[in-house]
Amino acid sequence: MSNLKLIIKREFIARVRNKTFVMMTFLSPLIMVGMISLIAWLATLNNDEIRKVAFYDETGLFSTDFKDSGDVDYIDYSHLTLNDAKDSVVIKKLDGLLYVPKKNSNSELAKSIQFYADEAPSISILNRIEKIIANKLTNQNFEEKGLDLDAIENSKAKVNILIENFSGEKTSKMSSYIKMIFGGVAGYFLMMFIIIYGNMVMRSVIEEKSNRIIEIIISSVKPLQLMMGKILGTSFAGILQFLIWVILGGVLLAVVSSVFGINPQPVGIDQSMAMQGDSQQEIQLILQDIMKLPLGTLVLSFFIYFIGGYFLYSSIYAAIGAAVDSETDSQQFMLPIILPLMLGIYVGFFSVIENPHGTVSTVFSMIPLTSPIVMLMRIPFGVPWWEVLISMLLLVGSIIFITWLAGKIYRVGILMYGKKPSYKELFKWMKY
Amino acid sequence: MANLLEVQQATKQFGNFTALQDVSIQVPKGSIFGLLGPNGAGKTTLIRIINQITLPDRGSVYLDNEPLKPQHIRDIGYLPEERGLYKSMKVGEQALYLAQLKGLSKAEAKERLTYWFDKFDISHWWNKKIQELSKGMAQKVQFIVTVLHKPKLLIFDEPFSGFDPINANVIKDEILQLRDEGATVIFSTHRMESVEELCDHIALINKSKKILEGKVTDIKRAYKSNTFEVGILTENNTDLYTTLQGKFDVTPADFKTIDDQLKMKITLDNNTSSNELLQYLSDKGQIMRFNEVIPGVNEIFIKTITENE
Repeated sequence: MSNLKLIIKREFIARVRNKTFVMMTFLSPLIMVGMISLIAWLATLNNDEIRKVAFYDETGLFSTDFKDSGDVDYIDYSHLTLNDAKDSVVIKKLDGLLYVPKKNSNSELAKSIQFYADEAPSISILNRIEKIIANKLTNQNFEEKGLDLDAIENSKAKVNILIENFSGEKTSKMSSYIKMIFGGVAGYFLMMFIIIYGNMVMRSVIEEKSNRIIEIIISSVKPLQLMMGKILGTSFAGILQFLIWVILGGVLLAVVSSVFGINPQPVGIDQSMAMQGDSQQEIQLILQDIMKLPLGTLVLSFFIYFIGGYFLYSSIYAAIGAAVDSETDSQQFMLPIILPLMLGIYVGFFSVIENPHGTVSTVFSMIPLTSPIVMLMRIPFGVPWWEVLISMLLLVGSIIFITWLAGKIYRVGILMYGKKPSYKELFKWMKY
Repeated sequence: MANLLEVQQATKQFGNFTALQDVSIQVPKGSIFGLLGPNGAGKTTLIRIINQITLPDRGSVYLDNEPLKPQHIRDIGYLPEERGLYKSMKVGEQALYLAQLKGLSKAEAKERLTYWFDKFDISHWWNKKIQELSKGMAQKVQFIVTVLHKPKLLIFDEPFSGFDPINANVIKDEILQLRDEGATVIFSTHRMESVEELCDHIALINKSKKILEGKVTDIKRAYKSNTFEVGILTENNTDLYTTLQGKFDVTPADFKTIDDQLKMKITLDNNTSSNELLQYLSDKGQIMRFNEVIPGVNEIFIKTITENE
């Protein structure tokens, strides 16, 4: 067996056997699913509560309009005096009292309706009440002006713009959201992967250094070989962990949702569809949108940028590990890693979502240190192939260059003990 | 005798610091070669160059008359001064791993490890983790891993540090046996008594330069000053001492005896032989002691280095 394979195997086994790794692998999905179920459960708890709102209507206009609906019950206190009504609301611990005073005109009335409550009522309830009153008053205004309500209702036009590109494919308005979610999740995952597994590479380098086994090993293998073996072995452990997470998470989520009857499907999509008021067609378009995303390209580029980004950063992590004696000392060198990662995420979440093909997004999807994240977030919006190609070529080029530089720092650093190097010193090592 | 290893004019600089300057050494096949020098002299750099851990800026290295190549790693066994093992890995596992890195197949490595573990009576360590072993125990494992692939050239950097005298002896005997089986040994240490005991060749490095190299016997011959330590029983010690002072270069000496002898060191000039001195002394009293003063490696070490300061 070649030495590289041996090193990869050892690193893989060392990572996988690590107690923390095992715990993380099996506990994380449990914790995640637990959190999701908890949130979902809490949300349903909240929704079950029925609000009780009393109303005191001096005009008598609305007695039939406030009908109990879903989570709000209306109680008519118009037969009492206003003060009695207020008292009973307090005594019975109702959620509030709506006061509709008698006014000369509708326009005056519209401005003088009041809501008494100890705690500010929820916006959604207020909105609903406002809507009921506004509807009633509008209709009254129409009638006063002698307009036929049925005629008005019939002449209302319903508009739902269908988006279609020039080659005739229809998309829904949700399309942008879906693309954002796909890109955002991919970019975020990549950042987490780089930080978690890059740190593992660094720790393993520091371990060899502080164990003093390093000189024994590099008298058998080339330092660069050892570094690459470490990076590869750790990445395989990472992929295994990710697979377990996906499978375990999926199974757990399925189990939990069937047991508790919670539907963990994307709630946001359901709601926004309800808001748009439609319809079979819209759902179909959304599904079509997902299918129509360049899934093949997406998955392929996800892998390429994932691997590329990981390699780029983990060789920097390895160099840092070689330069320091302990993990505490590594903090001072974290900036060149964290800064571009953060920049990538911020550019992704602000510029790309605002304008996926703007100058900022395009430039940052070319710069190798940020390109894996930013380009991943841009790809769902459709990026010309040549831009992706240039970005990938730049990435590959800089991986080779950075690995070469990191290798130089690594081979000097692993044999240096006892001094805290500065950036200046690292620069000198590159020339040894 | 052919040389197994030849280093020619090796120079290595780290920035402005010169670690080695034009150092050449020749290590004869089957010898135990002592690489000596004060701390920071450049020994470790030279050893790392031989192990291809560091590349020299200038100069070349030949192993068995071939320029040093990556494949030669398998012909060398190196026990560095800074040594350790993976703390959380089992002894057997990591011995296997390290042996495989040196090119042994798994089966072969296992067979040889079993042999050595039995020899050192440590078979029950196989499934222990290094963190459960003492430092000396871990050193034994490291020694085994160093010699397991039967390299032509063995390099030991302070091999006895961390061993108690009994185990140090065990290791010393193993080194001698490996030499007898045909291995060549480079031996870097500060402990002069072990150099005296083991080495037949030495090189002395100071401040990045080699200042002395050769067979130990040749070097001693070169450093001896034709001085003899003499113990003689006479009626009157002071009389004889004054007489001798007139004829030879005499200084008082001190060594342990059971009776009251005249003890002195006599240095002869090149025209006088030891026999003439002996003849001269033979009727002056009863000669109890007469031996040539041969400098120890330690003296040579200190003398050469102070001369070169």
